Amino acid sequence: MSNIPAELKYTRDHEWAKQESGNVRVGITDYAQEQLGDVVFVELPKVGAKVTAKQAFGVVESVKAVSDLFAPASGEVVEVNAELGKKPELVNKDPYGKGWMLVIRPANPGDWNQLLTPKQYEEHIAQGGH
Amino acid sequence: MDEPLKRTPLYAFHVKAGARMVPFGGWEMPVQYTSIIEEHRAVRSSVGLFDVSHMGEFELEGPEALAALQHLTTNDAAALAVDQVQYSLLCTPDGGIVDDLTLSRLGPERFMMTVNAANIDKDWGWVTQRSARFRGARWRNVSADTGLIAVQGPRAEALVSRLAHGDVTTLGYYRFTAATVAGVRAVVSRTGYTGEDGFELYVAAADTTRLWEALLAAGAGDAARPVGLGARDTLRLEMRYALYGNDIDETTNPLEAGLGWVVKPAKGDFIGREAIERVRADGPRRRLVGLEMVDRAIARHGYPVVAAGKAVGVVTSGSYGPSVDRSIAMAYADAGFAAVGTELGVEVRGQARPARVVKTPFHPPRVKRAA
Repeated sequence: MSNIPAELKYTRDHEWAKQESGNVRVGITDYAQEQLGDVVFVELPKVGAKVTAKQAFGVVESVKAVSDLFAPASGEVVEVNAELGKKPELVNKDPYGKGWMLVIRPANPGDWNQLLTPKQYEEHIAQGGH
Repeated sequence: MDEPLKRTPLYAFHVKAGARMVPFGGWEMPVQYTSIIEEHRAVRSSVGLFDVSHMGEFELEGPEALAALQHLTTNDAAALAVDQVQYSLLCTPDGGIVDDLTLSRLGPERFMMTVNAANIDKDWGWVTQRSARFRGARWRNVSADTGLIAVQGPRAEALVSRLAHGDVTTLGYYRFTAATVAGVRAVVSRTGYTGEDGFELYVAAADTTRLWEALLAAGAGDAARPVGLGARDTLRLEMRYALYGNDIDETTNPLEAGLGWVVKPAKGDFIGREAIERVRADGPRRRLVGLEMVDRAIARHGYPVVAAGKAVGVVTSGSYGPSVDRSIAMAYADAGFAAVGTELGVEVRGQARPARVVKTPFHPPRVKRAA
């Protein structure tokens, strides 16, 4: 049973999103890190880069696979987790905490409503997660 | 998918242990039980068990067995003592590689060839047809009746000794002996694919599960654990051991692959000898090298290798190496770009990432050398 915190929202591609004083913090879910296996590399944009909802902003690599990361909201990247460069395993160990990836300053408040609730995400996984 | 995937005798164990099962060479095999990195580290620090029962075994016997093997393989089978093993190759007439294998000499006129799982049918057709004129050589495909467990790591000797009737501690590298291990009759071979000390235990298929469970139980004090194909790949990559299908295949010759050491033209003629000697005379046009990525992006099979924007090679195998804490790869690089220290690029998702040619193995081997 993977962990799906109640205070977050989710994308169909297994990212989580958290509202923080108007910004949105982003990472990948427990389900995603479990599917990927040992994460060895995370490729993230620089602070100041623009991201677009539902489009790829980076890549997460595990020993066996490469997976695109999709933005839950459009906006500007205001923070990037520099710790993941040296410790990509944080994504596996603490996907909702120390394994966070980006903080976005959202351009469209409406993007938030497009995201899945924890219950909807849980159903999505139950149906195969694609 | 035309045929259902084959399963080893240990399939039920893997599923019960929660392993992630994947198709591999026509077989349903465990890629990992917990984490590839954890399993890899367990082998280098203590001991791990691998189910490699999917591999193929062919027995050959008769007064012309040696002559048949000399014709088929690149290494000198006549140099094998009884109870000795050698690494060798089957080559095509143009010097491409049909398979890599180990050859064990069971007796003056009896041998066992261990081949890659994905090539069992191909190799069987090859060896039987290509040695048909050696009437005094009889082949038997015993793959389906043979289970194979690899026990690898610094604690492997202690573990197998605890369960073995018969001395395995004095068994030298690339030597084997018959022994009873946990009450199971086995051929215990001091060989492996990890660079650590260890053994490969050949048993009757019906005995595989019993031996596997006995090894796990007796190894509990050393934190012995099952290890999947994911870690098998990272372990062998750190040692620069070739993986058939990735680094070597029918389009690659032994000299460019760095396997000239198992090609012995002085032993006499064999399939592919002429073509290989021509490559030797001209010098190989490319070489299989070890690459280290400057950052952590993984260089994967098929990624182009570039120098000053020009393609000069291709990655054949690559991953993160947990024991070296770097992204490493094996790649063919054109002659002239293959020297240790050469700075190259690997195109990862359309962007050239810096890499350099390094000495291999990436991690020091700790196999038990001859006493």
